[in-house]
Amino acid sequence: MAAEGQQHPLKIYFYIWGLLFVFSAASYFTDFLPHNAFRQGLILLFMILKAGFIVAIFMHMAWERKALIWAILGPPIVLLVLIGLMAVEGDYTELKRLDFFSKPIAPTGAHEAEAAR
Amino acid sequence: MAQEAVSAGDAQQAGWETIVTDWSSDKQTFRVPWGKAMMWIFLLSDTFIFTCFLTGYMNVRISTTMPWPNPSEVFGLEVGGVSVPLLLIGIMTFDLITSSGTMALAVNFGYRRDRGRTAALMFLTAGFGALFVGMQAFEWTKLITQEGIRPWGNSLGASQFGATFFMITGFHGLHVSAGVAYLTIVAMKVLRGDYEKKGYEIVEIAGLYWHFVDLVWVFIFAFFYLW
Repeated sequence: MAAEGQQHPLKIYFYIWGLLFVFSAASYFTDFLPHNAFRQGLILLFMILKAGFIVAIFMHMAWERKALIWAILGPPIVLLVLIGLMAVEGDYTELKRLDFFSKPIAPTGAHEAEAAR
Repeated sequence: MAQEAVSAGDAQQAGWETIVTDWSSDKQTFRVPWGKAMMWIFLLSDTFIFTCFLTGYMNVRISTTMPWPNPSEVFGLEVGGVSVPLLLIGIMTFDLITSSGTMALAVNFGYRRDRGRTAALMFLTAGFGALFVGMQAFEWTKLITQEGIRPWGNSLGASQFGATFFMITGFHGLHVSAGVAYLTIVAMKVLRGDYEKKGYEIVEIAGLYWHFVDLVWVFIFAFFYLW
């Protein structure tokens, strides 16, 4: 029968399916590692591998034309800027809070008065 | 084809009709079925929503001065008296990966016009999805009733934990539930032979949505449960 649309040999799906299971198991086992940069690196590595294979093979992005690939995968790049900004902002907020909470605050009763208003 | 119809009709049209004509005309950028391009664009917008949620979660987790509850313990399960970390979440991850595989096969059999197998694999995928939602309901119940975790606070540490957890997993669970309904409807129509003339792109389009739901889980699993 003539192939239509995205038609690929079944073998590749089974192969990727197997790989995804391996990566899932691997990422599950990172939970047994102590919390450090190595663990976080592995979490990110397996996450990117899994996400990449799902998008490229299961969602057929690897076989699409460049116009579609860039229209879909290009815009999320700006999200990295948002993530970067919010990480910096989060650190700043934490420092401000630590600074604030380490100082003696308001006279006794000020909080209650505030809450009662 | 449509191109001639558009240019012929242009002169007489006015108002709302022109909008309909422009949006339905044959100005093709993406050489894929219209529905598939639209699904990808919807998924792109969904990517932004989920990234905003996860970024918000990152921000509150970084900025809180309270200790963050350890997900590995919070989501652990007791099996025969032994506590296994993240067990339920691990099972849910494998459940979704399995459903992604059955969906990929369904798309393949769809293009081969093997209606029986396509529908069967889609029902199976929807079944795994329903199982996922069931496990999530179990997880939420356990967290709410036994651990006393609320969106506004909990006894384990930072109150932002509950807020971000219910928001992110809730929104994802909603996507899975919608996907189960979507796949079930398409599978029934496949079985009935509704797509014999139109072709089976619809299975691939539904598949794109389903794989995306799995994709989002990959990120939630990494950043919420493992980090």
